[in-house]
Amino acid sequence: MSELKQTPLHALHLQLGAKMVPFAGYEMPVQYPLGVKKEHEHTRQKCGLFDVSHMGQISVSGNNVAEALETLIPADLVGLAKGAQRYGLFTSTEGGIIDDLMVVNAGDHFYLVVNAACKDQDLAHLRLNLASTHEVETLDRGLLALQGPQARDVMQRLCPEACELVFMQHGRFTIAGQEVWVSRSGYTGEDGFEISVAADACEAFAERLLAEPEVEAIGLGARDSLRLEAGLCLYGHDMDMQTTPVEAGLIWAIGKPRRHGGERAGGFPGADVILHQVDAKDHTRKRVGLLADGRAPVREGAQLVDEAGNEIGVVTSGSFGPSIGKPVAMGYVPRELEAPQSTVFAVVRGKQLPMVVTPMPFVKPGYYRG
Amino acid sequence: MSNLPANLRYAESHEWVLDHKDGTVTVGITDHAQQALGDVVFVELPEVGAALTKGQEFGVIESVKAASDLYSPVAGEVIEVNEALEDAPETVNDAPYEGGWIMKVRLDSDTIDGLLDADAYQATLSADE
Repeated sequence: MSELKQTPLHALHLQLGAKMVPFAGYEMPVQYPLGVKKEHEHTRQKCGLFDVSHMGQISVSGNNVAEALETLIPADLVGLAKGAQRYGLFTSTEGGIIDDLMVVNAGDHFYLVVNAACKDQDLAHLRLNLASTHEVETLDRGLLALQGPQARDVMQRLCPEACELVFMQHGRFTIAGQEVWVSRSGYTGEDGFEISVAADACEAFAERLLAEPEVEAIGLGARDSLRLEAGLCLYGHDMDMQTTPVEAGLIWAIGKPRRHGGERAGGFPGADVILHQVDAKDHTRKRVGLLADGRAPVREGAQLVDEAGNEIGVVTSGSFGPSIGKPVAMGYVPRELEAPQSTVFAVVRGKQLPMVVTPMPFVKPGYYRG
Repeated sequence: MSNLPANLRYAESHEWVLDHKDGTVTVGITDHAQQALGDVVFVELPEVGAALTKGQEFGVIESVKAASDLYSPVAGEVIEVNEALEDAPETVNDAPYEGGWIMKVRLDSDTIDGLLDADAYQATLSADE
């Protein structure tokens, strides 16, 4: 494990009794003594604190940053107001997905949060394409996610101004003596905040949050079941270089001005393939949510078959959903089966388990929209 | 530190065996195993009447995190399974030596061989750590 990197909270995780596992090149807490299921439930009912410092935080600055980033990302970034955050994708020239990310217009620069496993490659991609005109730098900062219906109560005591942010807004605040960057977003389907803190102040800041009565430390295990119930994709599992945004059900991440007929149509890698699919809807497979009838969890990699046993697709994420009390999964099925209530079968230990195509999210989102 | 009742025998694959001394035994998983698995959400039980050899896979236990195979610590015929686990699999976590039992087996032979007592099983756990 010696080659694994550590986040600024490594010592705190050990002190809290976390079980540490390798994840995306980091040694990360998969769970604390509370356990995955209770951590999941605590986040849905109260408030969980997640260390997501392994994720890449990148600043891009220079003239016309939005236009420059639009050459790599099909979101509407020129139309992204200062202080607003938007979900985006880095697309490949073949129309696949290189990574998904959050983009913030921070005024004097654009602030990007990318997946840990992809961050070196994303940085190289940005530098290769933008370095001659723009400054691309990685930020030595920790990142904490405070998630759950009581996150706002916690934030209200520490920094009432930050509670004025609505879903997908971003701002700079001073909390507990630290200058922090806060966005009202997350990866759980709940209301909450993602807080970027200078690396050397991160541990004290996390301890300050954990001192609040509603807050428990939550590991990657619950982070995965929470995001799955919220219908959110995990890069490298639910989408990858071989998946187009249309197949992945991420058409909404392609801004209207970037589509055919828009003011800035195309101009991003793979635009021909992707915009054709947006218009023609002639993709052959589609990511869908799947709910099982029985109790046996259906996990990533399970084959999907029709009633006769013919292979039709694959499960890309699957677990037991503690909040819905049932096995929950997402996977790819032929486009003709994407309609809710279609039945497919997952092969688990040689048995065909019926699963019903179900609209996502599986749980009602708690996002605060003002 | 896990709880290891002295009246039970243990397999290195983390099952326990309660010998009823009438040719039948009850089988479950140890406190150590349930702790390592985490929150159990599903137990795939064997069929009543199934003939098991020692070391044979007889079921699967799934936690939120992962699926683990169950290995029979004895040879014999399954005579009863704990159907209550179908609706309440978490009993394996809450009471691994009582309500969380998994199956009862009628032994092929009169004795149970090659299993560990609590101290010897504890020693295998210590060696793992």
